[in-house]
Amino acid sequence: MPVKLEAQRICLEYYQPRTGRRLLALDDIDLAIMDGEFVSIVGPSGCGKTTFLNVVDGLLPATSGRILLDGKVVTEPGQDRAMVFQDASLLPWRTVLGNVLYGLECQGIGTRPARQRAQHFIEMVGLQGFEHHYPYELSGGMQQRANLARALVMDPQVLLMDEPFAALDAQTREVMQEELLQIWRQAKKTVLFITHQINEAIYLSDRVIVFTTRPGRVKQSVTIDIERPRKLAVKRDPRFLQLEDFVWNLIEDEVRKTMLADRSSRGSAEVGPPDSGV
Amino acid sequence: MRTEGQTLYAADVTGVSSLGKFYVEHERGLIGTGAVLTFLLAWEAVTRSRLVDPLFLSSPTLIVRAGYELFAEGTIWRDLRVSGTEFVVGYLMAAGVAIPLGLALGWYRRLYFCLGPFIDVLNAVPRVALLPVIIIWFGIGVWSKIVVVFLGAVIPMLINTFSGVKTTEERFLKVARSFGASELKIFWTIVFPGTVPFIFTGLKYAAGRALLGVVVGELYAATAGIGFLITVSGATFQTDKVFVGILIVTTTGVLVVELLDRLERRFEGWRPKVGSAT
Repeated sequence: MPVKLEAQRICLEYYQPRTGRRLLALDDIDLAIMDGEFVSIVGPSGCGKTTFLNVVDGLLPATSGRILLDGKVVTEPGQDRAMVFQDASLLPWRTVLGNVLYGLECQGIGTRPARQRAQHFIEMVGLQGFEHHYPYELSGGMQQRANLARALVMDPQVLLMDEPFAALDAQTREVMQEELLQIWRQAKKTVLFITHQINEAIYLSDRVIVFTTRPGRVKQSVTIDIERPRKLAVKRDPRFLQLEDFVWNLIEDEVRKTMLADRSSRGSAEVGPPDSGV
Repeated sequence: MRTEGQTLYAADVTGVSSLGKFYVEHERGLIGTGAVLTFLLAWEAVTRSRLVDPLFLSSPTLIVRAGYELFAEGTIWRDLRVSGTEFVVGYLMAAGVAIPLGLALGWYRRLYFCLGPFIDVLNAVPRVALLPVIIIWFGIGVWSKIVVVFLGAVIPMLINTFSGVKTTEERFLKVARSFGASELKIFWTIVFPGTVPFIFTGLKYAAGRALLGVVVGELYAATAGIGFLITVSGATFQTDKVFVGILIVTTTGVLVVELLDRLERRFEGWRPKVGSAT
């Protein structure tokens, strides 16, 4: 399998106006993702997972290093990548259909073919009948389905998912995970998935990348050799639990470090990449 | 629990007469109308019984009679036309300037840096205090009042529109950029829809300020208009006519706001309904 997406020595430093200091958020990240692979990044909160995803999408420029897609350097958002954002990122003044059409509109794709494509993906995520509903009329799970359809309709080569299920209740979340795998199999996309939930990462992925605490670095890449298709019940499998334990041990030290760092700097500096720094 | 409550409620309604049912369905309107009627009756009673001199307080019947006479004589049509022109022209000019300018000020930071001081000063200065110079510049005809109306209305419209642009949510901008939206597309699909409610708030607030401009302008110097009618009638102790004038101005204000409310509702289908029913 050829390499689809490659991050080469990505560093990201940003200036904190309040403290007047420069802060290193991402430190020398090297990562290669194969075509059709499902890769998750896990790490303690504030480790730069989302920042890294924004760099891959082209929303944030890296201070040094580069992102390659099919061997070509990318520096800004493009149709080859589509982002599934965290909760509540649907445009509230647009219906489900309007939201799914949004990306196509931005690319200047004509109304009629766009509508057909949108309808196809709305059905794929199971939202037929809700095309003309506004986001506030949908449950959290349905909103995230619409969010997924909005990204899939762009027919990207790489799907970037930023904690898409974080705001969902536990049961909905499990169901969405299983459905995501089905859609992934159908759509044959390369996926880079960010989460802080270890079992979600293991259940979904071919590979789980563990980030260190700030500055984010790749601590370890863990291959998940559980055969597919995976039922939700696999989460209770001894092998699954072993992997979960293994990844948790990798993260635990990092989480403790983060907590210590937070305690020592409490009140002085609020750490974490400014989400507004796009 | 819930079904129990519903059956109880249903039993309540079927158990009482059709009059009771009518009351339950129209409670809000009935209480409101009742309160207003009581107030008018009390007013009428106080003047009829000579507790207060009618010359002082007038009374609902006297006001109705004065209104009838004014319309029968026909001189009031001219006042209505003059004041109406001042209001409509001044208000529309204000909207025509404030909305585009407010959007531009919010969008182009440097334009705001440049014009901000002027807007702040214009906001702080009591527009009425400018009347003497406005009269010197524009005469005592319709145009001086149009300018007063304009100055009164333009500021709330401008400030609200500007704030609307400024409160554009970062996460939606990020979505748009991720889909490769052009600046123009971002403006019309993200910034503008979020600003619409603010624009309406400004328009509604400005309606009151515009009417104030009409009346005060005509109080100060005019040859016709509702404000002029109020001044002349007041100076000659015709309290009934004063109230007719006040009633006309008030009704106009209520109607304009109601009209804007309806217009706004057409734009706001995407917004969840908030507020308590009782």
